[in-house]
Amino acid sequence: MIHVFINIAAIFFLVTGLVFFLGGAVGIIRMPDFYSRMHPAGKLDTLGIFAMVTGLVIYNLHHFSLETLLLSIKMSLIVFFVFLASPTATHSIVDAGMRAGLRPWTKKKKKE
Amino acid sequence: MKESRYEKKESRTGTTSGSAFFPFFITFVFMFATWIILSGKFDPLLLGLGLFSSAVVAWFFHDLLFAGVTLKQTGVFIRFCRYMPWLVMEIIKANFHILYLVFHPRMLQLIDPHIIQFQTGLKSDIAITTLANAITLTPGTVTITATSEGGFRVHAIDRPSAQSLPGAMLDRVAHVYGEKI
Repeated sequence: MIHVFINIAAIFFLVTGLVFFLGGAVGIIRMPDFYSRMHPAGKLDTLGIFAMVTGLVIYNLHHFSLETLLLSIKMSLIVFFVFLASPTATHSIVDAGMRAGLRPWTKKKKKE
Repeated sequence: MKESRYEKKESRTGTTSGSAFFPFFITFVFMFATWIILSGKFDPLLLGLGLFSSAVVAWFFHDLLFAGVTLKQTGVFIRFCRYMPWLVMEIIKANFHILYLVFHPRMLQLIDPHIIQFQTGLKSDIAITTLANAITLTPGTVTITATSEGGFRVHAIDRPSAQSLPGAMLDRVAHVYGEKI
C-alpha cells in the first residue's frame, strides 16, 4: 500500500518538474529579448530540477537502506550545486550583455 | 568577508597560526562528510584514507573555504538554516508566477521589463552575494550589478515582481548576517 503512495508522489514530482522544464523551453522562445529570456531560462530550470530530483529521491527510497539513503543524499547535492551555480551563471550572462551595451527591451519603445 | 581577506593575508605570512584551528576543523568535517557520502563504503581502510586525505586537504585549504570563521559565527549558520525554507517557499511561489506568464496567451501585454535601482546598507561581501543570489533565484528579477557599497541594479520582468524589492528579502538577509539596514 505504501509503495503505491511512493509511486504516486514520485510521479507527481517528476511530472511537475517536466512542466517547469517545458515552461523554461517555451519561455526562451516566447520572451521578447535577451534579458527577459534569461528569466525562464535561468530559473524555471532550478525549480524543475528541484522537483525532478525530489521525485527521484522519493522513488529511490522505495527500499529503504543505507545505500539508497546515501544515493539520495548524492542526488540532493546536485540540487544544492545547481542552486548555487544557476543564479551566478544567470547573473554573469546578464552582466556580459550589459557590458556589451545591449539595451533591454521595454514596452515604451515598442509604442514609439 | 572583508576582515577575513585581511586575515588570509596574515595567515599566509604565518602570523595568525593560533586562530586557524577552527577553520581547519570545519573544513575537515565538511570534507570528510563529503567523502562518506560520495564513497558510501565503511571499510576501515577506505575510512582511514578518507580521514587522511580530508586532513591534508583541510590543512592546505583552511584559509580558503571558511577563512576567518570563529565559533561566535555559528549563530549566522543557524539563522541561515532558518532562512533557507523561507527562500525555497519564495522560489516556488515566484516560479509559478513565471510559469503562468510563459504560458499566458497575451504574455506580451502582461510583462513589462524594466530596470530598478536601490541602495542597501549591507556591508559584508557575503551578505551582498546572498541577497544578489536570492534576487536572481526568485523568478521575475535578475541582479545585473551589485556594488561593494550595497547598491543593486535589478532587471524585473513585470511590475508585481519588482514591487516586493528590496523589502522582506533584504530584512531577512540583514537579519541572517546581523547587519543594520
